[in-house]
Amino acid sequence: MQAVFRTQGLSKVYDTGELKVRALDDVDLELYAGELAVLLGPSGSGKSTLLNILGGLDHATSGRVWFRDLELTSLNDRRLTLYRRDHVGFVFQFYNLVASLTARENVQLVTDVAPNPMPAAEALAQVGLEHRLDHFPAEMSGGEQQRVAIARAIAKRPEVLLCDEPTGALDSKTGVQVLEVLRDVNDRLGTSTAVITHNAAIRKMAHRVVYFLDGRIDRIEENATRIAPSQIKW
Amino acid sequence: MTALDRKLFRDFRRLWAQAFAIALVLACGVAILLTTFGTYLSLEETRSAYYERNRFADVFADANRAPRWLMQEIREISGVRAADARISKFAVLDVPGQDETVTARILSLPDDGTLHLNLPVLRTGRMPAPGSDHEVAVNQPFAKANNLRPGDTFTANLNGHQRSLTLTGTLLSPEFIYTIGPGAMMPDNETFGILWMPQTAVAAAFDMDGAFNNVTLKLGRNANINDVIDRLDTLLDPYGGLGAYGRDTQISNSFIDSELEQQRTGAMILPPIFYAISAFLVSMVIGRIIALERSEIGLLKAIGYSNVEICVHYLLLAGLIAVVGTLIGWAAGTWLARALARLYAQFFDFPYLIYNLSYTAYALSGVLAIASAALGAARSALKAARLPPAVAMAPPAPPRFKRTLLDRMLTALRLSQPVMMILRSLMRWPVRSGFTALGLALAVAVLVASGFFTSALDELVSTTFDRSNRQDAILMFEPDIPETALAAVTNLPGVMRAEGQQFQSAVLRHGHLEKDAAIEARRPGADLARIIATDGRVVDPPAHGLLLSRRLAAQLAVQPGDRIEVEFLGGVNETHVVPVAGIVTQYVGLGAYMDIETLSHMLRQAPQISVANLKVDTQALPELHRVLKETPNLSGLIMTDKMQRSFEATIRENVVIMTTIYLSVAVLITIGVAYNGARIQLSERARELASLRILGFSRGEVSFILVGETMLLALLAQPLGWLLGGGIAAALAHGSTSDLYEIPLVLEPAGFALASLVVLAAALMSSLIVRRRLDRMDLVQVMKTRE
Repeated sequence: MQAVFRTQGLSKVYDTGELKVRALDDVDLELYAGELAVLLGPSGSGKSTLLNILGGLDHATSGRVWFRDLELTSLNDRRLTLYRRDHVGFVFQFYNLVASLTARENVQLVTDVAPNPMPAAEALAQVGLEHRLDHFPAEMSGGEQQRVAIARAIAKRPEVLLCDEPTGALDSKTGVQVLEVLRDVNDRLGTSTAVITHNAAIRKMAHRVVYFLDGRIDRIEENATRIAPSQIKW
Repeated sequence: MTALDRKLFRDFRRLWAQAFAIALVLACGVAILLTTFGTYLSLEETRSAYYERNRFADVFADANRAPRWLMQEIREISGVRAADARISKFAVLDVPGQDETVTARILSLPDDGTLHLNLPVLRTGRMPAPGSDHEVAVNQPFAKANNLRPGDTFTANLNGHQRSLTLTGTLLSPEFIYTIGPGAMMPDNETFGILWMPQTAVAAAFDMDGAFNNVTLKLGRNANINDVIDRLDTLLDPYGGLGAYGRDTQISNSFIDSELEQQRTGAMILPPIFYAISAFLVSMVIGRIIALERSEIGLLKAIGYSNVEICVHYLLLAGLIAVVGTLIGWAAGTWLARALARLYAQFFDFPYLIYNLSYTAYALSGVLAIASAALGAARSALKAARLPPAVAMAPPAPPRFKRTLLDRMLTALRLSQPVMMILRSLMRWPVRSGFTALGLALAVAVLVASGFFTSALDELVSTTFDRSNRQDAILMFEPDIPETALAAVTNLPGVMRAEGQQFQSAVLRHGHLEKDAAIEARRPGADLARIIATDGRVVDPPAHGLLLSRRLAAQLAVQPGDRIEVEFLGGVNETHVVPVAGIVTQYVGLGAYMDIETLSHMLRQAPQISVANLKVDTQALPELHRVLKETPNLSGLIMTDKMQRSFEATIRENVVIMTTIYLSVAVLITIGVAYNGARIQLSERARELASLRILGFSRGEVSFILVGETMLLALLAQPLGWLLGGGIAAALAHGSTSDLYEIPLVLEPAGFALASLVVLAAALMSSLIVRRRLDRMDLVQVMKTRE
């Protein structure tokens, strides 16, 4: 299978002056095209740091990272910005919607700058929000806000979708709705998706599960059978 | 419109109260700069166009009586391009319907009609026919004030002969944009006018056939004006030359110069304060917005917006504030400039309007507004741009409070927790606290500076009129009359007391410094026009020595005891070395005082007087005026009381306008600074304050923290504000001081107190408005939102 991401000896050390925190320690990992991978682990195990580096939001301290043939670790900030703009979709735990923009306008933030976006309304329809186009974030539930965030992420037709605790701020029922959208995007659009969570229940919907512990990959499991998000409970 | 642009406009709308408060401060800067600089430019341009078109002379000189043939030599002076010889005399007029004595300066018009310089503009009627012996034209404001129209007649006392004159037309002249009679402090168009009369008639009336007593020169581009003045003085000396001078000391021109200088000072002192405060406020507000939008910035970067796009986004927010401020400022400035132009129209007589503010002034004030807002936003916007996306997405680290030595001292004082919160916050953000205090201090300073004008005016009026010039009327003679004639003056109807003064033109020299001055000589014990020493005592000039006004002494760099050279002008042409006996306070004019016996001795003549100061029984005034209208040699009459009233009324009106503007401006600064400061505090502290409420603190206790910090800063700002205010007042006083007058630097405790009260009240009001938001805060909501 073709790898979209490949890391080699990847390490990240946070230096706060008095304290050096080794957030990632010599990680070698491949994520494949079209797969839905769940990165599982407790707080501080390094999964968010990995996702930030893969998404071009952060620099590695040492080691190398490739997106297909593009070596991300060799890019400067300007090139990383272009990389994010052209290839990556993000979904965050706290949605990070712009409070002063409506759902449609939040999606337009992306479609304004992406090279080949889908119409904002279409992206919102993909996540089942075609009736909430002109609502402001404050007028929507947490699950709806997260779905706007997903619509915003997929509107640019990204090759990879990176989700950091997408259900972390949601209750079980709305969380499942969000997972269904992610699964649907992965199935229909074939977008390679990496989902970070410390919620073990979610692992069963993934093709592969990567377990993190203390900045290292503890083990990788492959799910022989995936279950539908609707069957997940927590 | 892109989504990012929409965010921009919605953010702006959400922040409107804060943005508007900043925009108003910025608008003050824009308006004042536009008014002062714009008025400066348009006054300057109007004047130079008028001068250019009407060939205003470069050099002016008076003499007693010079022969016409001397003009040949004057025209041959190197650098002189054109020269006009004139006869200039004073006369008393009897204008129908005018009870008061009217005096006029008569200027001769060449018989052949070929005036080369100072060309008058004909406003109504026609010029007097050359050769006519009864036709005159007058300056338009005089005609207006006295209701005179072409065809009207009035009587003039020309050298002792009553003559009936017919008005043919009204004129304006570049020589008399500001028309002020001899000895007067304010223009009075009712009682002083300019008469243009054909030369033959003037020469016949004043016995000046084949002679002139006034000459004006136009110089070539490369001429050296000092050389020309020296040469002209040499030529005129034998004929009682009174010292040639350039435009800088031509009365009308120097009044406009001093007005221009005031506008220039205004443009340099106040607007920078407003621009700086706006920049600070913008930096405070944008800094806070960026802190609040950290995660949104991270998101924008994650999506792929570049650093430049994000930086520009926040700069544009500042830009919007600047645009609103600029538009308000332009509107207010245009209105102010028009008001100022109307005021000018009362004093300055231009043939055209000076309403038009130049595009340069609009552009400059607007560009500076945008630049200062951008400068204010730049640091925060760059910070936003540089913020690494991964860091931006994470919640910000809580601010680091450290236990400092000061902190330990405060702990030892056992202050309450809310007080500690206030003090720690000040210490944690010393730069921001410092700037907030500085902004409030500037508001205090602006008020102190405006209060200074009222006090300065009181001092000026009390010294000039109540303590120094206590006479009811001043009679001026041309030429001087013997002091013995004072007895006749005392016999005029209603005159209770008369004292004489002689004015003698002279050049005062000390080292390489020299200054033209009129030495004022008088008898000791003169009580109607007194000299006030710098310590406030009434003094008389000593038997040998000069008393100099402070500004004159400063210009010559002399102190009591120094010796200066005095060269008398006007036919005497002798130089004496005279000691400076003392320095005196004089706010109007550059005075030099001498004992009349000493002066007469030096001039080797019996005492003469140029002026008689009178104490008059007001009942007898109409009778006095009737007699004066027939008095020869009278060149002017000033009713001191009327002059004081018109001076005070005019200046007070200006001071009231100025004070109102300054007051509004100071309140706007205070609101801008205090309101924004409190809003930002509330935004940063919302969770803390909500936690306190949940812990059981009352609304009052919680708002004490919010209001307390603002008010503590406002209190700390006071001493600095007083100091800065004194500095601004000194700069304004210095900038307004010219050879014509001096604005005394008087700072009263009441002025400081009022300034402090206004600023403290405005600060309290602003923080109480923010307190209302605190009262309405939804505690649960605040605790739930992620910082």
